[in-house]
Amino acid sequence: MEEQKEKNIINQDEKVISIKGLYKSFEELEVLKGIDLDVFKGENVAVLGKSGSGKSVLIKIIVALLKPDKGEVMVLGKQVNKLLGKELDDLRLRIGFAFQSNALYDSMSVRQNLEFPLTMNKKSLGKKEIQIAVEEALDAVGLKDKINEMPAELSGGQRKRIGIARALIMKPEIMLYDEPTAGLDPVTCREINELIDEVQKKYKTSSIIITHDLTCAKATGNRVAILVDGKFLKVGKFNEVFDNDDKQIKDFYNYNFIH
Amino acid sequence: MLGKFAVKKYLFSKGIDEYLTDVYNAYRFALQFFKEVFKPPFHFREVINQCYEIGLKSLPLITLTGFIVGVVFTKQSRPSLEDFGATSWLPSLMGIAIVKALGPLVTALICAGKVGSGMGAELGSMKVTEQIEAMEVSAINPFKYLAVTRIVAASIAIPLLSFYCSFIALLGSFVNVHNLEATSFVTFFHNGFATIKFLDVFTSVFKSIVFAFTIGIIACYKGFNATRGTRGVGNAANETVVLAMFMIFIEELVIVQVSNWIRYF
Ligand SMILES: Nc1ncnc2c1ncn2[C@@H]1O[C@H](COP(=O)(O)OP(=O)(O)OP(=O)(O)O)[C@@H](O)[C@H]1O
Ligand SMILES: [Mg+2]
Repeated sequence: MEEQKEKNIINQDEKVISIKGLYKSFEELEVLKGIDLDVFKGENVAVLGKSGSGKSVLIKIIVALLKPDKGEVMVLGKQVNKLLGKELDDLRLRIGFAFQSNALYDSMSVRQNLEFPLTMNKKSLGKKEIQIAVEEALDAVGLKDKINEMPAELSGGQRKRIGIARALIMKPEIMLYDEPTAGLDPVTCREINELIDEVQKKYKTSSIIITHDLTCAKATGNRVAILVDGKFLKVGKFNEVFDNDDKQIKDFYNYNFIH
Repeated sequence: MLGKFAVKKYLFSKGIDEYLTDVYNAYRFALQFFKEVFKPPFHFREVINQCYEIGLKSLPLITLTGFIVGVVFTKQSRPSLEDFGATSWLPSLMGIAIVKALGPLVTALICAGKVGSGMGAELGSMKVTEQIEAMEVSAINPFKYLAVTRIVAASIAIPLLSFYCSFIALLGSFVNVHNLEATSFVTFFHNGFATIKFLDVFTSVFKSIVFAFTIGIIACYKGFNATRGTRGVGNAANETVVLAMFMIFIEELVIVQVSNWIRYF
């Protein structure tokens, strides 16, 4: 696994995401207090943090679902919070977002869930091309046989995969995974981790993987970042970050492996 | 998405202020609707789907209620007319009552309950399960795809239901009149429509469209602003019905006043 990961071509000269001095609060609640983060092309960055530490808020700011109070967020060379209308849509189509809650359209079948972003954004595509794209995305997550089922009929892990497939269908350059393994058993967790790795190779994506699970962070991240109190306590290779005497990092590490 | 306007200090009391801000926010939602409705892309297919949903789901209830309202109103009005020996006026009285007031109002109230709560709950659950955000990140404008289509569909389907309801209510009234006075179908409808003027029909249709639009706006506004959790979804449905019914009565009052002014002008 380690060996394989070294083979990823990470281009240190090209930043796909660059965040500087990011602040965000909800009324009195200060969630993010000065975030800096660079993600390079071809890289997987795992963001670790406790529940409620603002991980979801961070990636929602990256796709402009939330507006930052202060700071600069550059994604694929564009300043996200300055974009509007068509320009924002064009950028969003280059980003795949796998929601924490999956957010599958529950009135649509799996097929329709995947077709929807395609038919809405690429009017020129024919029936055949759409069918091929849907099958390809389902194949990538290994759930080709579920094409005609409704989201409610799927298991939690399968829904996660369909959520990822739906994000992949637009062939994004960046993937944002919000807790892809939360609430899943260890075996399924490992399968999802492998899936994230495969996606990175097959689709040549750069990604942010949000998690509070160290195993997932270790397996998927080229680098990890630990979010504590609205700031990144440490960013770096997994072993470097956790080979550290800082109390908060130790606590985080111990907590994860005891529970 | 639209930010919510909120007051810092209460003007009257908490309850009243919350109600007024609610109405104000719904009004801003309506402005947003007019900004978006004429801009492409147009989701015609979704509008038709929604029309179908709204129309078909409410049809049985409207049929039943409309018929009963017609029968009951005729029964209740007969004794007062009998005192003057004027039962022959029943058809025209019922014509006026049903076309001008009962048809649109009964339909709107039923749809506020059935269509409004359904829409509020559906959109509310899409909101709390992040499906609306999922559309946004797929570069699909959820306001256009979900709200505009539903509001347009409601504004088409509910006035049609209202026509239908008036017809069924008149039919109910006819059944009652026919049984007791042996009035023929042709005479009944001839007399029924004799006193109805163009302004009456126009006002009735206009009113119906206003009610329908109100239901659509409020349901979408409540759904889009549902708070997290299943409680949020239930509240969205419930508050839609309460606020929509309240607004419908106020609009009824205003429109009747204004149309009377026009009549005597
Ligand atoms: N739209 C919002 N309005 C108000 N507060 C919010 C909103 N979104 C998030 N918050 C608050 O911001 C804080 C961080 O939330 P966030 O969802 O980012 O946590 P998280 O790190 O993703 O946690 P988890 O691991 O449980 O998903 C929480 O206290 C939450 O209540
Ligand atoms: Mg989260």
